[in-house]
Amino acid sequence: MSERKLFAHELEARLDELLLLSLRQRSAAEPAALLEALPRELQERVLHWAGVAAQTSDDLGWLIASLAATQAAGLGAQLDDWARAGLDAYDRSGLAATRKALNEFTDTHKASTLRSQDSVAFGAIEGRLSRFLQALDGRPLRLVSGPKAWTDTETLWLPERLDAATDVAGNRRLYKAIAALLWAQTRFGTFNLDPEPELELWPDRERALAWFAVFEAMRLEACIAVELPGLAQEIAGLRGPWPAELAAAAAKLARPDATVADSLACMAALREIGVLPAPTLPHIGTLDPVAARRVRAARITRELAVVRRALNVIAATDTKAGAAENSDYPPLAAEGELQVPDPQADLLALPPAAREAAKSLLQDLGEIPPEALHPAGPGAWQPVDGVDESIAPGVTTQPDAFYDEWDYRRASWRRGWCHLYEMEARSGDPEWVDEVRTRHAHLIRSIRRRFEALRGEDKPQKRQFDGEEIDLDAQVEARADRKSGAEPSPRLFIHRRRIERSLAVMFMVDMSGSTKGWVNDAERESLVLLCEAIEALGDSYAIYGFSGWTRTHCDIYRVKRFGDRYDAETRQRIAGIEAKDYTRMGVAVRHLSGLLMRQNTRHKLLVTLSDGRPDDYGDEYRGRYGIEDTRRALLEAREKGIRSYCVTIDRHGADYLPQLYGPAHYSVIDDAKKLPQKIAEIYRKLTG
Amino acid sequence: MNTAKPASRAEAHAPSTPLVHLASEPYYHATGDELDVFAAAAKSGLPVMLKGPTGCGKTRFVEHMAWRLKRPLVTVACHDDLTTADLVGRYLIVGDETVWMDGPLTAAVRAGAICYLDEIVEARKDTTVVIHPLTDSRRALPVEKRGEYITAPPDFMLVISYNPGYQSVLKEMKPSTRQRFVALDFDYPEAATEARIVAHEGGVDADTAQRLVKLGGLTRKLKGAGLDEGAGTRLLVHAAQLIASGMAPAIACTAAIARPLADETDTRDALDDLIRAVF
Repeated sequence: MSERKLFAHELEARLDELLLLSLRQRSAAEPAALLEALPRELQERVLHWAGVAAQTSDDLGWLIASLAATQAAGLGAQLDDWARAGLDAYDRSGLAATRKALNEFTDTHKASTLRSQDSVAFGAIEGRLSRFLQALDGRPLRLVSGPKAWTDTETLWLPERLDAATDVAGNRRLYKAIAALLWAQTRFGTFNLDPEPELELWPDRERALAWFAVFEAMRLEACIAVELPGLAQEIAGLRGPWPAELAAAAAKLARPDATVADSLACMAALREIGVLPAPTLPHIGTLDPVAARRVRAARITRELAVVRRALNVIAATDTKAGAAENSDYPPLAAEGELQVPDPQADLLALPPAAREAAKSLLQDLGEIPPEALHPAGPGAWQPVDGVDESIAPGVTTQPDAFYDEWDYRRASWRRGWCHLYEMEARSGDPEWVDEVRTRHAHLIRSIRRRFEALRGEDKPQKRQFDGEEIDLDAQVEARADRKSGAEPSPRLFIHRRRIERSLAVMFMVDMSGSTKGWVNDAERESLVLLCEAIEALGDSYAIYGFSGWTRTHCDIYRVKRFGDRYDAETRQRIAGIEAKDYTRMGVAVRHLSGLLMRQNTRHKLLVTLSDGRPDDYGDEYRGRYGIEDTRRALLEAREKGIRSYCVTIDRHGADYLPQLYGPAHYSVIDDAKKLPQKIAEIYRKLTG
Repeated sequence: MNTAKPASRAEAHAPSTPLVHLASEPYYHATGDELDVFAAAAKSGLPVMLKGPTGCGKTRFVEHMAWRLKRPLVTVACHDDLTTADLVGRYLIVGDETVWMDGPLTAAVRAGAICYLDEIVEARKDTTVVIHPLTDSRRALPVEKRGEYITAPPDFMLVISYNPGYQSVLKEMKPSTRQRFVALDFDYPEAATEARIVAHEGGVDADTAQRLVKLGGLTRKLKGAGLDEGAGTRLLVHAAQLIASGMAPAIACTAAIARPLADETDTRDALDDLIRAVF
């Protein structure tokens, strides 16, 4: 076969001959023109398959030829498989199905080519990268995938897939470099200055932003180099040397005192001498200063309020104690007469939530603004009192119990404040649990194996120095030894090692509206896995759901009582757990710890599965009131000898959890999908 | 005292009691008033509880104080099968006779030593009860099997350690036990102090020590998100020692810090990334 490509007229003639087109008043000119660009070999393959198809039907031949004209170039060596798939489809279901099958084949092929071996997907690197970012200093960042790489200072978007580098390791490094530079934008103040005055002077905003990103990348790389030299080297290695005409700017921006103002100055200088397109570098993401500054401004307002309130509380406490002069906390007073206190020392005095806010403010502004340090009127807290009772759904039956609630503002109880209703949980789809058990069959098997090993059983240990029983074997041996004049061993006893697991566990499942969707699915799946695990272990356990709608309507749903077996009905009730209303947690903790107390076991454990902080309708329970009440309820439980543990799916949850559960008694799962995988392990650690 | 007796056949079988007299000063860098508190507690005959995460210097502190107070030290690493007899002592059958063998706690009481029960929560609950009479005004150890009641000399001191980061509910210390102790909180030292410790203990230069401490700080932020606990000072010192013996820093950190901390792939890779970022 000669290597020369066939020209369009030759192709047209051959197609005409194969498909008898002139008889059907069709013209092969169009496909022939498209096929002309292909290599000779491919052209011959197309003609071959058009001919084969034409032997079955002229229409099929025409379809193959005309589709091949547009698709063959992309298919390459896959053309034969493509054509065979088309012919199969024709045999099965006719011409229309053939067209569909051929197009589908091409799409799948395209997708799999895109997923070339050297590219890296976001999903493959997400876990690693999010941990990496979490360890770095500064405000926590959420990591998600999006069409382009950029950050609004709280969320970091990275592309779905990277293939700019030639190998997998290179693309992973590229992901890391992009993420690190975006992190650095939030850490080293890219958005601390409004760039609009400069950007507006540029005729082309896109180009201006591209240059801004390049100059900032230069500056940030130097910032990174101070603390994380290895990372900076890696970034430098990815980008190669800066172009000669930019070297001066790079050197200027690498000075330790350079700020975003210097990057803008570099832009101004560039604008003077005339603007070229910015160099495109794969490791530099894009910038959206408008969006980022909007998020930043909202955050600053929010955090200022938090810090201010916290400082006010401290100030109020100090005055009351009459120790304003020599208190541990620096005095907070009006400007002029007193110096602004050292923010670092101040940070230590603040409660954890406010400390995080203050740290974040320091990151944004470089200092705690003086206005935060001014007392903002009397009263640390403006409660929004009184829930609109008329909104609560009509309750006809008498509540099952009334519970007190702790009001931290009054520092006293509100007696009989919460009306509690306990009811059977709705039964759900009976198939669902089986489906979950099948889906996680492998995981369940391995969990069961591990948990069975944990189950306490009396293991007699032979040949001990002392013990409850005599080891006859050892006695006989010792006797024999002595008769023969050898020294007998003194290890003559059997010691029974007692492993006791006298443990009752109450699972308290958040059924609030916010769990709707993924979180609810994850909770239910986790419960299935937990049940499987705990059944293997033999611990006594119960599952209750909680939700509610104001203090007059606190609901507790029985899913499994302590005495209930893990049978089909229980499983259906697990499947039926659904997202309902709000999270009034204190009353649920009180009720369920009361049930737990009736268990006659040595250890009692209350595990909460939830997706966020305590909350209820109306502003009253939201915020500090709810947290204080829940804390109080957990303390009461603790006094009764109940240990609490919280598993939460709340990325920003860590700030109030130490306050509620103590620093070591909670786990934060950043992704609901991971909960079922992790829950059994958490339980094992918790009780192992 | 059993040291005065000629070595009997029983001692050939029994584990010897580790009464350690420290000859040289164990390196310890004070970060607060722990030296004073401990010395005062020792003077007043009060037991001390050291709380803190793994590898932040609790054991080293006790060694240092034993040296400073010039008292022998008995260390017992508690485990979940540690019985009362393991602490107090037991009769051994040797030939046709029974021979009493002091346990480490009894030996420490007799010798007026510091007895350090490391990770006390790991011990069985019924075991920890034997220390109660030693920790209040009685300051005595009843040895039931011998009908003996040993009053502790003034120099005897009981020290326990405990890691509140443990999450198992079955391993919580009972209030009746914890309320007998003077407690000292230990935490990872501040960065500058920790760098000095790593440089001294690991034999590396100040820059390397600072980078190791930076790395340690980064891993501690992963607590609860992939790691149960971040790298303690001890791990950093291990890495420093590997570096000092000529190993490349990245390899040393991977071996001494990343691998001991995590098994899970994502976390391990993230730790590797952190190591590369710092070095």
